[in-house]
Amino acid sequence: MSTAYQIVVCGGIVPDPLQTLEPATGPAGPALKNEMMLPAILDPWAAHALYEAANLARNVPGSKVWLVSLGPKAKLQQVMMTVAQKVPFELVALDSPGGGFTEAAEVAAALAGATQAIPGLDKSRLLLFGGWESASRGAGATLQMAGERLGITDQFQGVDELKVNPDGSLEILERIEGGRHQLSRCAGPPAVLGWATGNLPEPKNNPQVGMANMRAVMPALQKAAPVKLAGEGLAFLSVSLPKQLRATQIVKDKSPDDIAKEIIEWIRK
Amino acid sequence: METILLLAHPEAGGALAKSAREALHAARALNKAIPGSSLVVGLAGESVQAAADSIAACPATKYYGVAGADFGPSRYSTDAAAAEALCKAAGATIVVAPATSRWNRVLPGVSQRLGGRVDCHVTGIADAAGKPAINRWYYRQRMEASLTRAQRPWFLLIDPGSQTACDCGAGAAAVEMVAAQPAQGGPRTTVLGIREPKADAQTIRPDSPLLFVTGAGWTKKQADGLTHVPEAEKLILGFLKLTRASLGSSKSLVDLGGEGQAVLPFLSHLNQIGQTGATPRHAKGLSTCCHGEEPHTVGWRFIGERRAISLDPNCGWARGKADVLYVADAFAVIAKVNELLAGNP
Repeated sequence: MSTAYQIVVCGGIVPDPLQTLEPATGPAGPALKNEMMLPAILDPWAAHALYEAANLARNVPGSKVWLVSLGPKAKLQQVMMTVAQKVPFELVALDSPGGGFTEAAEVAAALAGATQAIPGLDKSRLLLFGGWESASRGAGATLQMAGERLGITDQFQGVDELKVNPDGSLEILERIEGGRHQLSRCAGPPAVLGWATGNLPEPKNNPQVGMANMRAVMPALQKAAPVKLAGEGLAFLSVSLPKQLRATQIVKDKSPDDIAKEIIEWIRK
Repeated sequence: METILLLAHPEAGGALAKSAREALHAARALNKAIPGSSLVVGLAGESVQAAADSIAACPATKYYGVAGADFGPSRYSTDAAAAEALCKAAGATIVVAPATSRWNRVLPGVSQRLGGRVDCHVTGIADAAGKPAINRWYYRQRMEASLTRAQRPWFLLIDPGSQTACDCGAGAAAVEMVAAQPAQGGPRTTVLGIREPKADAQTIRPDSPLLFVTGAGWTKKQADGLTHVPEAEKLILGFLKLTRASLGSSKSLVDLGGEGQAVLPFLSHLNQIGQTGATPRHAKGLSTCCHGEEPHTVGWRFIGERRAISLDPNCGWARGKADVLYVADAFAVIAKVNELLAGNP
């Protein structure tokens, strides 16, 4: 019996977090101002999931990693130029406007459909990875719904560590409240793992990996299936930036002793 | 007519957590706002009677329960089966639950099973001309939206700390027990336990009134041209011990280890606040040696009163974001704070 894993990582693209973001009203509802002009990156938690997937695949011979990504084709191509240099994977691209205001259930349906359509996928060895939330919609819901659509009822969210035991079972560390972790043992795949930060650093760019990946990335982008996200039944009443400015009192000329006393008084108030 | 179901799970001792009472408050607010709606309660856990009794005075018209040893641990397959059974038994059209790690993990999947929709991280409940509406944040707390949905059941996971806790009293609740069908052959997942730092090493304290934010400046070269990491460690841990504050950190400080720079060993990604970290809720926040502009400051978006210590009077982290900015050396100020607190605890 094969012990190799078929690891499908679901990961979208998001605006570079250092960009200024402003809401705007588009023809299909709320969007970001100049959204197509903003530089994009692979969603940070999904990126952690991708690195963990590649690490697992490297350690379990015969395993393979797919990255299922939904976004505007041109943006996906731009992001893949960087991501493809990190770790080996095969891209499954879905062409859609993407963005934070899309409906998680519709995205989940598209991701599950694309996963099911991967040729030769053995669902009994499937590990569905992704970030536990995105940095755009932040729904924290998409992966669970995609998992349900694939019939997977062993799911874990906020994962920081995955270990494979000698008997093939999986030990999973999930974030819970109060800076704690829950440790669980799952009999094995199929399972859904929504990753938090994990333990791995971002891999350095490897041009050889990049060249190998890009051979498949470009055809995958060319045949990216268009996905319509209608946001059925969902109505946004308003989208706004928070009132951020506080009237900051700047205290420049007090001694550390005086500041310390003031801070203690404030803490105790 | 809407049937609003509050979903909750009892804590280890059988009581309901504060986050569950906050969700009950939100459910009650919806119940009041929607004419003709009814409020019911669904509880899942090893045993549920004590939890039901603890809120028996709330205006719920009915209590449903799924109980048994299988439903004690926090596990997707059994929690999903329990939630599905409770929603069906109640005929719920709106399901309100606290956004705990347990419900966040499972309710999106349950919404899929029941053909509904889900919104996690809900921070507000509103009434849009007799229709329920909610508030939640997008782009990592950088913009806030108000929205409503036509689909039912609609699952709402209420962010802890965003509502006041319902103070309804105890009594005797009649709980109608519901049978749930976990996967055939029993659960494939076993919960082995909880891992947490030793009590004196735990620096994340969600219930603390004060968040202490440490930035990368603590490990940078100081005025004498040298770094003072051991001294920084002693000062920060001393402050936490004396104030029982919760420790947050900027991403840059947590990430320094990966860049081969000196690190504060007690910091982990769990302490990280901001774009790719947590956005905790505390009444007060004191930031030290933090710098950066808007994207970095979302970590203290939900902090009530904010003060900062920084050597840079124009620091984007503090200016316009904090109520008071002390332009001073955090090493000197925190050393004095610790000295005064230790002398007069």
